[in-house]
Amino acid sequence: MLEKALSGSRLYWGWVTVLVLLMGIGAFHYLQQLSYGLGITGMSRDVTWALYIAQFTFLVGVAASAVMLVLPYYLHHYKAFGKITILGEFLAVASVIMCLTFVIVDLGQPMRAFNVLLYPSPQSILFWDMVVLNGYLFLNLVIGWTVLASERKGLPPPGWVKPLIYLSIPWAISIHTVTAFIYAGLPGRSFWLTAIMAPRFLGSAFASGPALILLCLLLKRATGFDAGREAIQTLAKIVTYAMIISVFFVLMEIFTVFYSQIPEHQHHFLYLFVGLEGHGALVPWMWASITLAAISLILLLNPQTRQKEGWLALACGAVFFSLWIEKGLGLVITGFIPSPLEKITEYMPTRPEVLITVGVWAMGLLILTILYKIALTVKEEIGSESHSTPGE
Amino acid sequence: MEESRRRFFRIAAASLLALGAKPLKTLGGYGGGSFSRLGTEAPRRRWAMAVDLTKCREGCRDCIEACHQVHNVPDFGNPKDEIKWIWQEPFRNVFPAHEHPWMAREYRRLPVVVLCNHCDQPPCVRVCPTQATFRREEDGIVMMDYHRCIGCRFCVAGCPYGARSMNFRDPRPFIRQIDPRFPTRTKGVVEKCNFCEERLAQGRLPACVEACKERALIFGNLEDPASEIRQVLQNRFSLRRKPELGTQPQIYYLV
Repeated sequence: MLEKALSGSRLYWGWVTVLVLLMGIGAFHYLQQLSYGLGITGMSRDVTWALYIAQFTFLVGVAASAVMLVLPYYLHHYKAFGKITILGEFLAVASVIMCLTFVIVDLGQPMRAFNVLLYPSPQSILFWDMVVLNGYLFLNLVIGWTVLASERKGLPPPGWVKPLIYLSIPWAISIHTVTAFIYAGLPGRSFWLTAIMAPRFLGSAFASGPALILLCLLLKRATGFDAGREAIQTLAKIVTYAMIISVFFVLMEIFTVFYSQIPEHQHHFLYLFVGLEGHGALVPWMWASITLAAISLILLLNPQTRQKEGWLALACGAVFFSLWIEKGLGLVITGFIPSPLEKITEYMPTRPEVLITVGVWAMGLLILTILYKIALTVKEEIGSESHSTPGE
Repeated sequence: MEESRRRFFRIAAASLLALGAKPLKTLGGYGGGSFSRLGTEAPRRRWAMAVDLTKCREGCRDCIEACHQVHNVPDFGNPKDEIKWIWQEPFRNVFPAHEHPWMAREYRRLPVVVLCNHCDQPPCVRVCPTQATFRREEDGIVMMDYHRCIGCRFCVAGCPYGARSMNFRDPRPFIRQIDPRFPTRTKGVVEKCNFCEERLAQGRLPACVEACKERALIFGNLEDPASEIRQVLQNRFSLRRKPELGTQPQIYYLV
């Protein structure tokens, strides 16, 4: 089926060229980072995880959200999602590959990455994250590819895929739970030391991932693929509920922190939303995130705007960027500010760091483009065949 | 480089074996205190340090310089890439819970020496995905294997004391004078205080303890009731950093 990715419109090839160029720029700067060290980034002694690990965290959520398409279709036989579950699975594949790449890019000694396998350390959450992420990648790649290949031949998927599909549902929950545990289990980082971390991660994941899929579906005019109104509207409701839950969880955190008034817990939130001791690099970002969240909720909760595809696309964009700021910027960096010694060290990504990040995103989007191209071409072919031979 | 480092390890290993053949107690009498007063005769060992805040002099950097010299700690000259094994912080930053507005000013400004706490329950060891950082069972030192570390910095996030530094770039050009008796590190690995395990193996005191002319740093074996550190912890009130986290830090501050 790979050959389907090799023929396409000029728009398709133009998009692919842009992505490859961005990947090239990213790769060039990564080589510089390899020779100079991670000092080429904006990370410092106090802020030791930043843009890369934040992207990783955000994208684990996008990957996990595939379950929002798989679960209704396979567990509840919700037929409207039949056409698009493959898009969820392929989005998971592209996102997990991005996640793993961001982790590798963030390592000080990437050539030693296999030490994680040579010296397996079950007491380390990172070890388990490696296990669940690779497992999830494998599951979605195998499931997506096999189901699509059988569909192309006009056959039902082979029996052995079913158990894998059922396994992929709790597995999706596990990847984001384990990723949350990376943060939530650290004794000295009060910003992350909260049991709601995993539920909050899942809430925001189930909003941002389906929002991205919806955006792709609404761009269907570029491909001629129609997911169907019912599927789009159901997905829109999923995004709405998940976004409400996500915002609710953040508000719960804010209540606990500010009503209890424990300084150590308050400092991080103050830094994030209003600035602390004159430092507040993330403040404008966070308010942008809040504004986008509010706009998206207004558009999503109102049935009139939710049912209009233009407004829905806008709402989905707002959801995606709002949560990208919240998780892709705020959540990781703020855990380090202030430091365990009560120092405030601001973080600002450097140019090479941003270009490497863009390069990894471009790689992920290229994988996503190729996979979606294959999936949509196959579906279109089946669609046109069944139109010409209605008896089949 | 590779070849000479290997040779260094061979020589180091051979010397350690030779030294190990002699009982440690005969190697006493160094700098600030005699090695035999550390409690080396006890059957079990648990190294710990007490910092006497009343003796530490403002502006003195003897312990820091001694440590950073013998361990080839680089000086990048900027706080972003900074690597430190032992350094000073104001009292209020080290013990935020103990600060209040009516505390004597000299107390609030008091420089407090901080270093790795060699916790009994070290979170950094728990989170390391390769066991590159580990707690040595026989004496409780939390150590690093610089050849196994992948530079993921999970330990840095896990340490509640900010004791760990990442080599954000090649440290070697920034070492003032390389001491060939201790390995230099490479870019991309994490490092921290090792309680001078290489010196203890030779029956010598940690470099910071030896360098402190005020005798503000007291080092020894907590398993030996006769050791100086046990005596001083018994007779004086001491604080530990963030004891509520349950990490069981082994640096005690005498007030």
